[in-house]
Order: sequence, then C-alpha cells, then structure tokens
Amino acid sequence: MTTTRPERRLSRREARSRTSPAEVDHTVDAWRGVKAEGQDDISDSGSIFLRRRSWSLLRDLVRPYHRTLLVLLVVVVLANAARLAPPTLVQKGIDIGIPALVERDSATPLLVVMGAMIAAVLIQAAGNIYFVRESGRVGQRILLEIRQRLYKHFHVLDVAFHDRYTSGRVVSRMTSDVDAIAEMVQTGFSGLMTAVLTMLGVGVLMLTLDWHLGLVCLTSFPVLMLLVRWFSRQSAITYRSVREASAAVIVQFVESMTGIRAVQAYRREDRNGEIFDDLADRYRDANVKAFRLVAIFMPTVKLVGNITIGLVLLYGGYRVLHGEMTVGVLAAFLLYLRMFFEPMQEISQFYNTFQSATSALEKLSGVLEEQPKVAPPAKPVPLPRARGAVRFEDVHFGYGERPVLPGLELDIPAGQTVALVGTTGAGKTTIAKLMARFYDPGRGRITLDGVDLRDLADDDLRRAVVMVTQENFMFDGTVGDNIRFGRPDATEEEVREAARAVGADTFIDELPQGYDTDVAKRGGRLSAGQRQLVAFARAFLADPAVLILDEATSSLDIPSERLVQQALQTILANRTAVIIAHRLSTVEIADRVLVLEHGQVLEDGSPQQLMAQQGGRYAALHDAWVESLA
Amino acid sequence: MPAVSTVHPSTSPVSPDDDAREVRPRIAPRPARVRHSTSLWRLRTYLYPYGSRYLVMAVAAIAGVALSMAIPLMTQRVIDGPIARADQRGLLVLGTVAVAIGITEAVVLFLRRWIVALANNGSERLIRTDLYAKLQSLPMSFHGRWQSGQLLSRMMTDLSIIRRFLGFGMLFLVVNIVQIAVVVVLLLNLYWPLGIVVALSIIPVAWLCLVNEKRFTRLSRKIQDEQGDVASAVEEGVHGLRVIKSFGRFAHLYSGFERRTQQLYETSMDRVKLSSRFLTFLEVIPTCTMIIVLGMGAIATARGDLTIGTLVAFITLLLSLIWPVAALGFLLAMTQEAMTAADRLAEILDAESPLVDGTKVLEAPRGHLRFEHVGFRFDDADQNTLTDVNLDIAPGETIALVGGTGAGKTTMTALVSRLVDVTEGRITLDGVDIRELRIRHLRRLVATAFEDPTLFSMSARENLALGRSDASDADIEQAIDIAQAHFVHDLPWGLDTRIGEQGMSLSGGQRQRLALARAVLVNPTVLVLDDTLSALDIHTEALVEEALKRVLADVTGIVVAHRASTVLLADRVAVLSQGTIVAVGTHSELLATSQEYRELMSADFDAEVELEECGSRPHATDGHRSGARPEVDGEQPPDGRAPRHPDRSGDVRAEVAR
Repeated sequence: MTTTRPERRLSRREARSRTSPAEVDHTVDAWRGVKAEGQDDISDSGSIFLRRRSWSLLRDLVRPYHRTLLVLLVVVVLANAARLAPPTLVQKGIDIGIPALVERDSATPLLVVMGAMIAAVLIQAAGNIYFVRESGRVGQRILLEIRQRLYKHFHVLDVAFHDRYTSGRVVSRMTSDVDAIAEMVQTGFSGLMTAVLTMLGVGVLMLTLDWHLGLVCLTSFPVLMLLVRWFSRQSAITYRSVREASAAVIVQFVESMTGIRAVQAYRREDRNGEIFDDLADRYRDANVKAFRLVAIFMPTVKLVGNITIGLVLLYGGYRVLHGEMTVGVLAAFLLYLRMFFEPMQEISQFYNTFQSATSALEKLSGVLEEQPKVAPPAKPVPLPRARGAVRFEDVHFGYGERPVLPGLELDIPAGQTVALVGTTGAGKTTIAKLMARFYDPGRGRITLDGVDLRDLADDDLRRAVVMVTQENFMFDGTVGDNIRFGRPDATEEEVREAARAVGADTFIDELPQGYDTDVAKRGGRLSAGQRQLVAFARAFLADPAVLILDEATSSLDIPSERLVQQALQTILANRTAVIIAHRLSTVEIADRVLVLEHGQVLEDGSPQQLMAQQGGRYAALHDAWVESLA
Repeated sequence: MPAVSTVHPSTSPVSPDDDAREVRPRIAPRPARVRHSTSLWRLRTYLYPYGSRYLVMAVAAIAGVALSMAIPLMTQRVIDGPIARADQRGLLVLGTVAVAIGITEAVVLFLRRWIVALANNGSERLIRTDLYAKLQSLPMSFHGRWQSGQLLSRMMTDLSIIRRFLGFGMLFLVVNIVQIAVVVVLLLNLYWPLGIVVALSIIPVAWLCLVNEKRFTRLSRKIQDEQGDVASAVEEGVHGLRVIKSFGRFAHLYSGFERRTQQLYETSMDRVKLSSRFLTFLEVIPTCTMIIVLGMGAIATARGDLTIGTLVAFITLLLSLIWPVAALGFLLAMTQEAMTAADRLAEILDAESPLVDGTKVLEAPRGHLRFEHVGFRFDDADQNTLTDVNLDIAPGETIALVGGTGAGKTTMTALVSRLVDVTEGRITLDGVDIRELRIRHLRRLVATAFEDPTLFSMSARENLALGRSDASDADIEQAIDIAQAHFVHDLPWGLDTRIGEQGMSLSGGQRQRLALARAVLVNPTVLVLDDTLSALDIHTEALVEEALKRVLADVTGIVVAHRASTVLLADRVAVLSQGTIVAVGTHSELLATSQEYRELMSADFDAEVELEECGSRPHATDGHRSGARPEVDGEQPPDGRAPRHPDRSGDVRAEVAR
C-alpha cells in the first residue's frame, strides 16, 4: 500500500461507508474532521471567501496576458460576425441575385454576394485560426505557470504540513485538479465564447431580418435557458456521483492489485469480488443516470428547435403569402435557426467543466495560501564551514496536543557520536527531525555552532546537517545517480569512493550494469538492505558536519550491518553524529549514549559507563542483548 | 517417506460455488485467424445480454436520421407548394406535418438515448467485473510483471473507450455512411449538377478528417504520456520530499520537473495549432461548397431548371451533411482506438494462469511439509533463484530460515502457499504434492505473515480477520495478545477504526504486528513468518517471541530470521545460501559447525580477521556474493552435494516482494 494514487483520495468517503457498514458514519466524519484538517473540508462549505480567493488567483494568473486577451476579444467578434454572414448573403443571393439574373440578365449582384461570402470565409478562417491558437497559448502558459508554481510551493512548505496533508493529496492537487483547469482552458473557454457570440449574433440578425419572425424564434430562448439551467444543476449532481463511484472502483481496484499477495494468501478473492461487483454496479447506475440526463436534455433541445422551425415555416410562410416577407428571408431564417440551436450542448457542457475547474481552483488557491511553518530566515547568518556543535536549549515540542519533548537540554560537542536509545515514543526521531529542521521547536532553540537553526540559510543548513532515515527513497535513474544525489557535482570516481566507503560496492558491482543499473520504480530492483547501503553512500558523499542516522541500518542483515558499522567508525571520525538504532551492536560504536523516555534524558554516558551502572536501563538492555546472542 | 494422511478425492469440492459459477471471462474464444479487429469483435459476447436494447438503438438511429432529412424536404414542399401557389390551407397542413415530424424526431432521439444507456453501461460493467475477477485469479508471477498503474489504465481508460465505441462509434460509423449516401442520392435527385459538386466536396473533408484525426490522436497520446511523466515527477518529488529536504536538493529535482512541464507545454501547443487549422477547415469547406452551390443554383433557378424551394432545401440538406462527414474521420479514429483498447483488454482476459488448481483436500492435515529437490526460476531470469532445496519439516516442528540478503528466503516461503510454483522438484504436505491440492484449501492450511505487511483500507477488525471472516471476538483478542497488537484498542474507534489511510498511518512495527496477528488468527496448520519481527523494538520483540513460542508449539512453522533471538523460536535452523540449503541443525550445532552461520548470526564475529585468514578479497563476508567465496569446513550441507548456483541476488527479493 505504498502507492497512494490520486484517485484514492477522491473517494475516501465512499470507501469508508462501503467496507465498514458497522461504523456510524457521522462518528467517522468527526474523526476525519480532526485528522483531515485542510482544504477539502473547507471547500465543502463553499464560502464567498473561497470564491474570492480563487478569483484573485485567477486574476493573478491572467494578468500578464491582458493585452493579448483584448486583441483576442476583437478577433473572436470579427470571426464570428464573418461566420454568421453566409445565411444573410444566401438570402440576398436568392432575393436580389436571382431576380437580377432573371429580369435584367445581370450577374453582378450575384457575383457581389458570392464575393462577399468568400471574403467572409477568409476572415472567418484567419480569425478562427488566430483565436484558437492564441487563446490556446494563453491557456497553456497559465497551466505551465500553475504547475510550476504549485510544485515550488509544495517544496517550500514544511514537513509538518506534508505529514498532515499526505502525499496522495499533493499528487491529486498537482494532477487531477490541474487537469480540471486544463480541461476548461482547452475546450471550455473558446467553445463558450463562440457559442455565446453565435447565439447573440444570430438573435440580433434574426430580429433585423424580420422582427416579427425574429420574436417568434426568440420566444424559444427563455425555454432553452430554463433547460440549460435545469440540466446544469442536475448534471453537476450526477457527475459528482459518477466521479465518486468511479473513484471508489479505482480505490478498490488499486488496493487489491497492490495487495494481491495478501489477497491470494488469505483467500480474499470472493469477498473482494462481491465488493467489486457492488461498486461496479454503483458506477454503472451512476453512469446510466448521467446518460439519461443527457437523453432528456438533448432531445428536448431538439424538440424546441424543431417546433420553432415548424412555427417559422408556418408563420413565415403566412407572411410570405401576404407579401410581408421574401422567400429569401425565410430561407435565411431556417439556416440561422440551425446555428442558433447548435451551441446549446457546448453551453451546457461548459457549466460542468467550469464547476470542476472552480472547485479545483479553490483547492489550489488554498494550497498556495499556506505558509511554511518552518520559514526561511529574513536575515540569514552565514555559516560556510560548520564545525558541528549542536545544542538543544530548553526545547519544547509536541504533535498537536501531545507533548513529546518537555524542555530538552542537550549539548553535543563537535565531532561526538551520540546514540539515542529508548522505547517507541520516547522522542528519538523527533530529536533527529528537529536537528534537520524538519520542524521548529515550540519553545526554546536549537543551535549549530552557536547559531539558531532558524537563522541559517537553507543551503548552509543542508550542507552542514544530513539525515538518513529508514525510508531510503530511491529516485528514478541509475544507482550512480542515486548516490550522486548527495552531491550532484561529484565525479564518477567520488561516487565509487563513497560506495566503497560504506561497503555498497560489492553488490553494485554484481548488478547487471554496475553503477549504471536502473533502480527501476522506487528502487524495486534493490532489496531493502541494498537501498539502505545506497542511502548511506549518498550521505557519505554529501560529507556533512552533522550526520543523523535514524534507524538507518534496520533492514540490513547482520554481515552487511557489521560492514556498515566498520565503515561508520571511519565515516563518523571527524563529524558530529546522532544515531538512532534498535540494535545495540550499532549503539556500541558511539562515544556517548542517551537513554530517553517521554522526551527526557534518563541516562547519559559512554556505553561502558552505562553498562557498568547497576540497575540502569541501558545495562538491562545490554544484558538482554548479550543473552540473545548466546 | 512418512505416512500419508487422508486424502479426499475430487468428488467433494471444498467450496461448491467454485463449480457452479458461470464460465468467466465471457469473451468469445480467439478465432484461428487474428486480425487487428479481432479483439474488438470478440467482445461482442458482452452485448448479448442487452441484445434487444442494442437492436432498438440501431432502429431508432436510422429512423432518426431519416426524420432529420425529412424536415428540409418538407421545407422545400412548403416553399414550392403552398407559398408559391398562395395556398393558405396547404401551408397549414404541410406546416403541421413538419412540426409533427420534428416532434417525432425528438421522441425517437430520446428513445434511443434512454434505452441504450443501460445496455451500454451494462456491457461495460460486465467486462469490468470479468477483468477484475481474472486479475484476482492470476498468480504473483503475472502481477510481478505488470505495474498496477498499467492494469488500472486498462480497467478505466480502455474500458471507457470501448464503452464509447459500443454506444456511439460503432453505430454512427454505419449510420453516417448510410446518411451521407442517402443525402447525396437525394441531392443528385433534386438537381444532379449541384449534387455532383456536393459529392465531390465530401472527399477532401473526409480525407482531411481522417488524416488530422490520426495526427490528433497521436498528439493526444503523446500528451497523455507526458502528463504521466509530469505526474511521476510530482510523485517522486513528494514521496522523496524528506530526502530532498534533508539534502537540500530542490533545485536539482526542480530542473527535471521544469523540463517535463516545458515539454508538455510544447506538445500541447502542437495540438492546439493542429486543432486550430483542422477545426477551421471543417467550417470553411462546407461554406465554400455553399458558395458554389449558391452561384450555380442561382443560375439554374434563373434558367428555370430549379425552383427556389429546391435551392433552399438543397442548401439546408447540404448543411445537414457537415456533421456526418466531419464525424467520419473522428469515428474512424475512434474505431482504431477501440481496436487497440480491445487488444489491451484481451491481453489480460486471455492471460493464462500457469497455476493450475488441484482437486484434492486433506481431511485431517497434520502439517508434514517436505521440500524435495525444489528449484525455482523467475520467468525472465536466466539463473535459478532456488536450486535443489531439500528440507523435511515434521508436523509441529519449527524451522528457522537464515541467510544473507537475496539468498532466496522470501521466495522459499512464497512457494509454500503457491503464490509462486516450483519450477523443479516438488513440495509435499502430508505426502501430497501441494499442486494436487485445491489452492483455496492449501491457503487455508498455510498462513503467511509478510515482511512488508499489506493492510487494506478497512477496519482493523476486518484486516485481522482477512483469512478467517468468522473469527469470534475471543479469537481476535487472543491473536492480538500473541502479536502484542494491543495498540488497536487505543485507536479512536478501537477495532472498528479504519486503517491504512491518512492520519491513521501506523508505524512499521505496528503494521507488522497486525500482519502477524492476522496470520495467527487463521489458526493454520503451517505458519510462515517472513521476517515479521524486523521492525519491532527489543521489548516488544521479546514479548511477541514469548507468545509465539506457544503458538508454534502446535503448528508447523517456517520462520525467516535475521537475529539470533528469532532463531531461538525454532527447533532447527536451515541456512540458505545462494539459493540452496547449505546446512541444517540446531542453533548451537550450527554455531559450532557452520562458518556461514556464524558469520550470519554472531555479532562478535570479526570479519576482517577472518578475511585475512582466508586470503580473499575485501568484504567477502557479504552474504550474497557469487563465486569466489572461501570454502570452509563444516559449511557443506549434510548430503554433501547441493551445487551452489550464483544468483543475481538483489533482484530476487524485490521480485517476490512486488
């Protein structure tokens, strides 16, 4: 379950009510409300504030293109005017061109009409190409800007934010939400412009051609608007249920495929099959509903259109009969009516893309509004060469209500290797993360060479302090690339040197292409232990003054671990190090051991001193460990 | 060979529903001759349950087209008839008929759309559930090869392509061709010179559409791929966020992201440019035709060859051709897409499972597990992962599997529950080859707790009872006790808390304990623990081991272990090295006799001293090195042969873990 797909997030509510019918829904929501602080929940309330925020984001994005948009507006009006011209010209051709030809044997009026039509076509073509291309360019530029701005912003935000927000939601913001906006940009906008202009233009033209008949045609307009309104509202609801149902299908699918081993080993197939059948049914039903909505809307538009045509034929024919109107005008009317009803679908569809784009914008503007809690300093104190002396001064820290460090005092002189020992929840990892400035302390301060971490520029801090965790994330690329991540400008030789130093060279040499072997998705080709070795090499290459190892050896088998330990003795010789480990064999290489509980230091001394301490916790741990080796 | 326990013949199936189930998947068999369209044609069987609805759809579509053509013809009658003759009553009659036709057209359209909605989505649903069932039945070897994202895109994207084709593309491909033909005939009939002009103008439009649609589709696919690239850059950035922050490497990562988004921008612009030209031509060509028709029509009218009503009808009919012609290219492209999608679906539905279900059932399983000359090789590997593994585990006995990274331990455990099948030799349970047993039955007897535990997003209780849904509260409580998983009671809703979701993420140790409790709860005959305790802290580990000892007393156990403390759970230890068992014995025996074991287990062992003695190259202690490993006395397996095949270690674990 390591892969969190964007779709999964969409349907949490779905999935929840599905698999645990026993749970009372509102209680779960309450739990979620506490845990899932964030944009999703606020956006449900749909306040004016949100709308204003997303509009201001939109304005901000559009600002560089104001002039282009103005030009585009002129062009689109021109192009549409040219597009609407042919039917009137057909009328002129019939009413003026043909009689002239018959009575005066003069082709000039007809040729003029035809010339005008050709001119209209040319204007239409040029205008259309220009409009679609340029409006597309503006849209794509805006998308590019959104993507890049979001990506940067997510990386500015602090780790605490990401802990809370979770990777799945980040991915979904950056993919499905951006896609929703893209859809509006790509199809919706220019389509809507054309549609609205067409309807307006046709309406005006019909009124000028013959206002009696024009009024008859325009009576259909309110009916159409009512229809569009009804359809838009209904389809917004229906499409949401379609999306939710499809997300539920995706969640179930992805979960059973990523966990297929457990599914098969525990014979879960039948139950899964039932659940999936059920979800597929719901997805089908939601889709059928959406289809049927269209099945009502489209024919009704058609009905209104056809009845209008019939009426025009009757009333127009009547007027022609009484000489109040020409046949050409009637023909033009019939052609315009066709144009009048065509954009209906466009308009109704736009509403949908518009709605999902707005809700996406609301979420994105919310993310962009977030400010990092771990802020870069306004006036950074330069620290080009850190020595590595770390001090915790009365550091308080807690996750939410739960205090983890109640006033920690700790002084680690430069060059010392400190091991942290203690039960789960003692605060070991928190100390490590505070040192790497993933979080800032609630009270008190942490200093590096006497400088508060909050006053250090990010570059200086990261050069000085590096943390290796059990996560061991592998980036796409080769093994060599992954080691070089520690120092992108390192030479090939330096990369190999780093691998050798931590004992990773043996397995790398045996890989099909050595250092050039692709690690495949998320390092799937490497075992957990091998990934840890690569992570070690990466950290070694970075050559920091302070190295933090958080459970960095937990997945190694004993021989590899022993190798790493030997390597560590040289690696750690000239730098400050903080080691967190479950295995005491790793702890033993430390100069100093701290036994922690509830964020307080219970024992502090060299391994030998603590071992000798009668009734001490470390001594007890050590005895148990020695016993286990026997 | 020990005594065989009672074996039940195939006559009494364990789960009767297995046999009663209809034949799935429903897809038609593959014909002898395979063409590009074959897969799509084979999906026809999914239409059968909704046959009558599809028939109505076809009839309604044709009727609709006919009616839509009738309206311009009526217009012509009105203009040339009553209007020309000043016949007010005729106008009323014909006008009313026109209105009636219009209403009928709308009703027919409604019927078609309404009726086909269910058929269309129903067919899609049938394919979807078939796919899912098929995928669940395919073995790990299949899933190892396929990324779940690939499967997902088949399940959602390809299926919706097929749905659109079934409900729309398929039908209108035929209807549009018919409509074009009919209209052209009508036009030729009305006034043939103009009819020829129109017929000729269709050719460039259709050709342009086809060419551009192909380009358009290609660009769209490219955009999809590039969107995927951007998405994976996003995922990489967010999943590796802590590492990136820790090393301060944002700029490094961002440059990659920027390049990909830029690429996406450029391809998107290519598509915008293409569509700006294409869409414009689609509008311009009919207008041009109209100009020609008007000119020629006017001359013809002036000469009396054509009535004005006919000219109007002509132009109206001409306009009614725009959509069917333009759509032709689009429909052809859609058909191509549907064929490709169908191929991709058939690929899965046709996938053969190398795992053949057995028929036998053990009546009173005792748990005597035997590996007999077992070998295993991954499909795409050129070397064995396991070779000639021999191991006899008596009922109730527990064996610890010990070996370096990549020695084949996880693969060996996966063989027992047939998540993968042996490629050489055989594994027997109570004397019966496990391939002869019903898989469901076997997997009920064997429970495995994986190193990387999979939790599903359902309640903690359901996660625990995954392998035994009828477990009582007392059973669950007992399993929680054994695995020291009491923390579940402290979750906001105790056992009913949904886990595996944001905010409720459990630590590695907690997940492992749940997975362990899950395996114990099954109450299996054979319990397999694949390094299940690696993420536990020392205190918890000690407690769990204490409890496990009691459980393992009654069942046959295989315990993959890295640490001495875990090894002590076992009665005997088997040392796995480079895919084969090199030593078997008790912990103390092996410490005395096997250097390999000492290397693996003893933290006091001084690798460097040993190295110098052996005169081998540096780092020779690394467990998964091939070839030139020093041979040391006492390391030979009891039977003395066991050829050691060097393997490409790293891949193996990863492969099984996937």
